[in-house]
This record gives sequence, structure tokens and C-alpha cells, in this order.
Amino acid sequence: MNPGIDLQGTFIQTLRDLGLPAGAAKAIWMPLPMFLIIIGATVGVLVVVWLERKISAAVQQRIGPEFAGPLGVLQPVADGLKLVFKEDIVPAKSDPWLFTLGPILVVIPVFLSYLVVPFGQNLVITNLSVGIFLWIALSSIAPIGLLMSGYASNNKYSLLGGLRAAAQSISYEVPMALSVLAVVLMSNSLSTIDIVQQQSHYGILSWNVWRQPLGFLIFWIAALAECERLPFDLPEAEEELVAGYQTEYAGMKFGLFYIGSYVNLVLSSLLVAVLYLGGWETPVPIEFVGGLLGLNETSPWLQVIDAALGITMTVLKAYFLVFLAILLRWTLPRVRIDQLLNLGWKFLLPVSLVNLLLTAALKLAFPFAFGG
Amino acid sequence: MNLAEGVQIVSFCILSLMMIGAALGVVLFENIVYSAFLLGGVFISIAGLYILLNADFVATAQVLIYVGAVNVLILFAIMLVNKREDFKPLPNRLLRQVTTGLVCFGIFALLSTMVLATPWAFSTAPAAAESSIVIIGEHLFSDFLLPFELASVLLLMAMVGAIVLARREYIPDEILPGLTRPSGLTLPERPRELLTLTSGGKGDLRNQKPASSTKQPIDTNA
Repeated sequence: MNPGIDLQGTFIQTLRDLGLPAGAAKAIWMPLPMFLIIIGATVGVLVVVWLERKISAAVQQRIGPEFAGPLGVLQPVADGLKLVFKEDIVPAKSDPWLFTLGPILVVIPVFLSYLVVPFGQNLVITNLSVGIFLWIALSSIAPIGLLMSGYASNNKYSLLGGLRAAAQSISYEVPMALSVLAVVLMSNSLSTIDIVQQQSHYGILSWNVWRQPLGFLIFWIAALAECERLPFDLPEAEEELVAGYQTEYAGMKFGLFYIGSYVNLVLSSLLVAVLYLGGWETPVPIEFVGGLLGLNETSPWLQVIDAALGITMTVLKAYFLVFLAILLRWTLPRVRIDQLLNLGWKFLLPVSLVNLLLTAALKLAFPFAFGG
Repeated sequence: MNLAEGVQIVSFCILSLMMIGAALGVVLFENIVYSAFLLGGVFISIAGLYILLNADFVATAQVLIYVGAVNVLILFAIMLVNKREDFKPLPNRLLRQVTTGLVCFGIFALLSTMVLATPWAFSTAPAAAESSIVIIGEHLFSDFLLPFELASVLLLMAMVGAIVLARREYIPDEILPGLTRPSGLTLPERPRELLTLTSGGKGDLRNQKPASSTKQPIDTNA
């Protein structure tokens, strides 16, 4: 693997040439990728909201938003601006502190999880050795925020919604973590970079989805349940619970829930892409194409193209999964709470355990194909 | 002192203050829900301290298990029970509080002397951050195999116990003639044949079973 273009190194070197001390130069560099990712995630939310509206409209043979900007692309911006300018209402008998803290606790872990999402060989904020495990741990914080906002609203629908959200989230974390564990078993590492690299040798053929079809399905179902997407949107089932834990929220506090849920959807799709669909890898390995054309792998322009292609591939795969999620939303009816818990504990959990054992057995039997 | 060390000291101070403040809040708040939420703050601060010690895996596991499972279950229990109760002031309140304070201070003093008196085996080599998972895994499957297995057996026992408790059906109001409950080591449970006989509330029972039997395994996962 060639070293690639070292953006960080060149940036810090430039600042040092301008006369800054090394520590200060590094401190200036550090927030840049984080801001970039936060902005990227927020823009991603706008795109998803637009897609959701347009695809939903197409599914129902409507046109959808069309007046705000070409094809209605500015509609999510208008929605967001509306939320920003709405009055921030705190109900009289609620608990103002917890009421404010709840949405914040839901949103922060989701954004923090972007720390480990790789968009290319070196295009990741930190290549942590705990990588994917950090995401599992962070996603387990969100139920506390949901319980908090459900409790603080002082409304029975909110409390019920919060409790349902927490129960759902805990139940589906287990099969999800077990299916991630099967992937980790094959790549011998928790780091997201290593997980993608282990799928990189034969293009589309080496993606984990072929070796882990069961794990892929379990992970996708559990991810939908964690994001509270239909058919698992019980915590905010509007026919039963008004809007669940969001009932009393207005203005930007509601906006935080809204952003959080869509960022979480994009994050889950990105992670499915990373874990099962080869991350930033193209269906035909780019080294192979470069070799055919007789190009030097280390030439700078090829590296820039490579990086751009990597980001495009990751985002494309993620948005394909978002598209699937939106289609599923209009295809499947909502499950009941007992069906949800039954599916999680009595079906997905045993199946994911079997999947884990099978993976371990296959890894011992065929170490060349299952990453021995 | 360079930038990294400064950041380390500042974050250590912030984390310690957060932890002590949150822990005091857990003890001193009248509202039990606040205490439960602040307990989450304590756990998060401890995870931060682990990160400062280069133990990234332990920190992540701390967040996953203590915040994501234990604390959520505590909150769950509080919110499902939701018992508003005005506590009557106990007699000799001052004496009780002073005694509690003394006992707590005694434990604190004992632990502090233990920490200060023990000749800790400090190693000046930096902790291996990159391969901590590998090292932990090797230890778990070599010299710490027995405690590891014992812990898992303990968890299994807790899980079986929880399932047995959760599967208990309603005890009938009166025992039907001809059917006697077996005595001895059995739970006061309605026998299966009784259930089918008095199938009046069968539908309700079916619906309640998943809810009650699924909540318990989470308990033991914690």
C-alpha cells in the first residue's frame, strides 16, 4: 500500500513554514476534519429528507415537493429554517433541564460515531483500534436521551414512547453486535479500515455480503430497528402514541430529534456499506484497472481520482441503502410491540448466534476464504 | 510540558470534577430519576478516565455495559414502577446520618491507606494502546481463563434465574379440586393443565408472556 498524499503532513508543514510552532499547527489541523464531517453529515441529512419526500411521493404516485428550487431540492432547507424560527416551547409542568438535555443526548452520540466511518484508505478522522465497537457502544447511549425526554415531557404518550424506544434499542443491539462480531471474526480486527481492506482483493466478489448473507440481513433489520424506521417505528407510532417521545417538542429541540434520526439512518447505511459492501472499494478493483492501463499507482492525480472515487462509492452505496429503507417504509406495515420483541429475541438472536458459530467453523475449515 | 500533556491534565481535572460532582448528585438528590441520570454521568466520566489511561477497549466496554445496559435498565425499572411516595422523616435522623457519614469516611480512609501503602508495580513503558484488545484476549484465554469462565457461569445462572422468575404464571385464586399443587422445590406457579382448564384469560396471558419474558434476559446481559 503506497503512502498516499499526506494532507495532514502538508498542512502542518505549511503552517510551520509560516512560523507557527508545531503544537499550534497540529492544534489548528485537528478540528478541520471534524468540522468537515459534521457539515457533510448535516448536508447528508438535507439530501435524505429530500429523497424521502421525493421517493415517498413517487411510491404513492404523487409529484412531491417541486416549488422550492429545481425539483424541490430546497424543500428540506425551508423545513429546517422553519424549525429554527419556531417558538421554543417548554411545557409548563415538564422538567425543563431534562427536557432540554434529552434531545442533545440523542444527537451527540450519533455525530460522534462518524469518528470511525472511513471514506477512503486515509480518509477517516481516527483509525481507532476499537473502531466498530465504539459505534456499538455510542449507539447504546441514545436510549438514555430518549428515556430522559420521554420522562421530562410529563405526558403519558411521551413516557410510553420513550420506554418503547429504549426497549427496542436494547433488544436489537444484541443481534446487531453479534452480526458485527461475525464480520470482525473474519477480518481479525475491529478497525473499520481493516474491515474494508479485508474485502478489497477481488472487487465485488470479495465483499462481505457474499460470505455473510445472514449477517447482512440481520444487521440491516437491526439497523432499521435502531433508527426507528418503519416497520419498526413503534416509539413514535402516530396512530397509537401521537408522536411518542417527541410529542411535546417544538422548534429546534424537535429539530434535533429530526436531524438525529436522519443522521442515524445515514450512519447506519454507511456502516452497512463499510461492513458488508466493501466500503470505498469499487466493484472492479481500481489497482486492477490501473494495471491494465499501465498507470503508475503513486502518481498524484491518480491518487486524487482514487480518493474521489472512494468517497463517491461509499456515499453511493449508503444512499442506495437509504433508498431501500424508504421503499421498505412504504412496503411493510408497522409491527406490534410484542411482534417486535419476539422477532428480536426469539428469531434474530438465535439466528445471529448460529451465524457467528458458522462463521467461526468456516473460518477454521476454509481459512483462505474466511480470513484465517 | 507540551500540548498533549497539558490537554491530558486539563481533561483529567474536568473528568474528575465531573465524576465527583455527579456522584455527589446521585447520593444527594431527592428525586430518584435525577440520581439515575447522574449515575450515567459518573459512568461516562470513568470511561473518560480509562481513555486517558490508554485503555480504549475498557473505556468502550464501560460505556456499552454500564451506560448502555445497566443505567438504561435502572431507568427502565424506575420509570415502569414510578412510585411517588412521600418519605416520612425517620426518628433520630441526625444520628443515622452521622453514623452513615462515619462509616463511609471509614471505608474511604481504609481504601486510601490501602492505595497509598501498597507498593504498586509501576511500569514506565507506555501502555500498548494499539494492541490492547489482543493482549486482553490473550489474558482471558490463558492465565485468566478460570475467572472468565466463572463469570460466564455466574451470568448464566442469573439468566436462568431471571427466566424462571419471568415465566411464572399467575397463581390461581383457589386451587381447583382434584388438582393439588406439588410441594417441595417448585415455584408457586399455576400448573400447565390448570392453565388450559381455566382458559378464560388465555389470550391475555399469551400477550403478556413476551413482554415479561423478554425483559429479563436484558437484565442478565448487563
